Amino acid sequence: MSHDNSHAHHEPIPYHVFVIVWIALLVLTGITVGASIFFPGVIGITVAGIVTPLKAFLVMYWFMHLKYEGPAMKIMVASAMIILLILLAGLLGDILFR
Amino acid sequence: MSAHGEAAHAVHKDYEGAKIGMWLFLFTEVLLFGGLFVLYAAYRSVYAAEFHHAAGSLNVFLGVFNTVILLTSSLTMVLSVSAMQKGDVRSSINALFWTFVCALGFLVNKYFEWSYKIHHGIYPGSEEMAAHHDKGEVLFYGLYYMMTGLHGFHVIVGMICMGFIYYHIRKGWITPDDYVKLENVGLYWHLVDLIWIFLLPLFYLAA
Amino acid sequence: MAYAGVAPERTTFYEQGTTDKPTGLKSWLLSTDHKRIGIMYLTAMMFFFAIAVSLGLLIRLELLTSGPTLPFVNQRIYNSFFTLHGVIMIFLFVVPGLPSVFGNFFLPLQLGAEDVSFPRLNLFSFYLYMTGAVLALVSIVMPGGSPDTGWTFYVPYSYETGPAAIMAGLAAFVLGFSSILTGLNFVTTIHRMRAKGMGFFKMPLFTWSLYATAWIQVLATPVIGITLMLVLAERFLQVGVFNPALGGDPVLYQHLFWMYSHPAVYVMVLPAMGVVSDMLATFCHRTIFGYKAIALSSMSIAVVGYLVWGHHMFTTGISPTSAKIFSLLTFFVAVPTGMKIFNWVATMYKASIELKTPMLYTLAFIFQFSIGGLTGLPLAALSTDIQLHDTYFVLGHFHYVAFGGIVFAFFGGLYYWYPKMFGRMYDERQGVIGFLLQFIGFNLLYFPMFMLGLKGMPRRYYDYLPEYESLHALSTYGSWILAAGLLLMAWNFLRSLGKGEEAPDNPWEGTTLEWDTTSPPPLLNFDKEIVVTRGPYDYPEEETR
Repeated sequence: MSHDNSHAHHEPIPYHVFVIVWIALLVLTGITVGASIFFPGVIGITVAGIVTPLKAFLVMYWFMHLKYEGPAMKIMVASAMIILLILLAGLLGDILFR
Repeated sequence: MSAHGEAAHAVHKDYEGAKIGMWLFLFTEVLLFGGLFVLYAAYRSVYAAEFHHAAGSLNVFLGVFNTVILLTSSLTMVLSVSAMQKGDVRSSINALFWTFVCALGFLVNKYFEWSYKIHHGIYPGSEEMAAHHDKGEVLFYGLYYMMTGLHGFHVIVGMICMGFIYYHIRKGWITPDDYVKLENVGLYWHLVDLIWIFLLPLFYLAA
Repeated sequence: MAYAGVAPERTTFYEQGTTDKPTGLKSWLLSTDHKRIGIMYLTAMMFFFAIAVSLGLLIRLELLTSGPTLPFVNQRIYNSFFTLHGVIMIFLFVVPGLPSVFGNFFLPLQLGAEDVSFPRLNLFSFYLYMTGAVLALVSIVMPGGSPDTGWTFYVPYSYETGPAAIMAGLAAFVLGFSSILTGLNFVTTIHRMRAKGMGFFKMPLFTWSLYATAWIQVLATPVIGITLMLVLAERFLQVGVFNPALGGDPVLYQHLFWMYSHPAVYVMVLPAMGVVSDMLATFCHRTIFGYKAIALSSMSIAVVGYLVWGHHMFTTGISPTSAKIFSLLTFFVAVPTGMKIFNWVATMYKASIELKTPMLYTLAFIFQFSIGGLTGLPLAALSTDIQLHDTYFVLGHFHYVAFGGIVFAFFGGLYYWYPKMFGRMYDERQGVIGFLLQFIGFNLLYFPMFMLGLKGMPRRYYDYLPEYESLHALSTYGSWILAAGLLLMAWNFLRSLGKGEEAPDNPWEGTTLEWDTTSPPPLLNFDKEIVVTRGPYDYPEEETR
């Protein structure tokens, strides 16, 4: 068995890319908090429901380097998320219709 | 003969494999917290008003402040990995140090937040809870303590891992040519951040 | 000490280890060699299996006559018996069995690899397993009596009762992490360690089934981890999530429990199907029919397995809407499962079947698993389930799948791979007799349970009305025959370790890669570099030897 011992790695990413992502995350956090304070209720929850997954996506895509992973890894991550959503849907399917 | 066998076992280095392994581990973490998230979803849909009310007693400022701390620590972590990749070991160590500091700051914050609540008798099984709070609120706080507690535990584990990584860098075991351990601890740390990103709106912004 | 003239290619992994000294206890306990770890798992599991079988025999003995039968067994002890029987069988044998024993031993071999991706993690996983096992055994002697919650640890009883249930839950928690790490290791191994030329669709079906299994282990097991943790929290901190007095909902415990435990059923059965597919191709001496369909149906069973957990809860007051959806989805599981069965039967059609012992187990698997699967359908249907839920019908269904399917496949696999693992042949005649005893005993033991269930006999009852007596007695007689078959098999394996004929490298003319190396294999599995150019079950037109 011989393995590819070299780093099959992407080009180094410039630091400022991560700083931009970080700023974006802070801004998104601000938006969620602002929405929950100034528009409590449906709007606040909706904003949080849209923005929070977006933030999670930014963290995974850039900070966790998912952008540079192959399709196999992306499919794996997606499947794990889908499984979690299935569990959530199945449980709420009982609770909400009881 | 036996040395040959040992060498053959130790020599095996597979960066891609190590990362796949780490991601798989992160999936298990996601599903571990996932059990709590689905419980939260279920109870929130049953006790919407009580959750709303109970969430009002949490300090939004502290929650957001901690979010900023964790997001920043995630940035320094990714910078640490990036610096190592570019061969700048010194910056890598510095960034790792600041990540550690942020993690510590997060825990200190959390400590004050928890002790304030516990001081006021708000914790699972307290007499105050039984006497003055509705069932939905009891559940809210139960989940709050379980989820932030489990998250806090992960922060502590992350800090231990950072110390371990620091030691490895200092010993020269992690180098710009071989830094998958650093990368994996980075992945773990981002997951800790990721979970907090969800905890913030679920608990602090639910009022 | 190494003499070049001693034909180094015959040095087996028994003579060469990964530790300083190649032999002795330490060389086993600290070994990171996947084959030694597999054999350690096998040894441990046979021990726990023996304990659980003994408990099962005691349960049957108590049920021989109506009223108290055994002098030392009262209701409380009887409850402990079926709890421990379930906990040990499920968490210590059936769930980890095929992946940890045969997966460990044969996954790298079938891939043409030297070892798994993370050999040290693999050893750690073994020690987690042993830790969990010790906790489970400790729970038996806890003050306040052995655990008596049933293997499902349903709340509120599980957090109210004595400390033994908590200990048993802790054991399941630790065992879960062992299972997760094994799964993690296998997924990575399959992605990264395949030999040159082995694409995903050149992997043997056992490996395919392990891949599907490993994904379930990774993505479902954490849920039971957090669930059991919450039971602990409920007991010690009064968190309230499962406690109705504090607003919690015990039914949610069942949701979370089955979110894991239903997929776990597929952790048990998928590798069994994989072993059966491999054995079938080998003993029919031909390419398996519908290779891709079998491979992909493993994956689809894994996915569908996540969608159906609610069918364990039809009678617990879940919403009628969700019950209907769960019921419908459950029927869909029959599709990929049926695909496999039809493909197996098609493989046998007009094949020159060699009826060696492993093949007998394969046939028994198909027969018994089909009964187990088909009796699942009335349980999946909402109306009939109301009648059958928590009766002996469920016991019959479950044991036809778990014992008649999975454990029979395990034994078949043990006979099939015994020559490769130990370098000795088992005794064929004893093997066949043992099989016949097990087959007859098994069916006599569990078939009456279907009839008892239809007549309304509830499960987990210490006593029953006299009208059920004859069927219960029949079932108990079956357990004795089955036990005789198991004893004969154990004797056969143990005796053959020393006295068996020396095994050739490829006794069955199998085509998967594990038969391409010596019996037993050397430490690094193969003496040559493996390059795969053909499918896993490509039989040459003419006889090769």
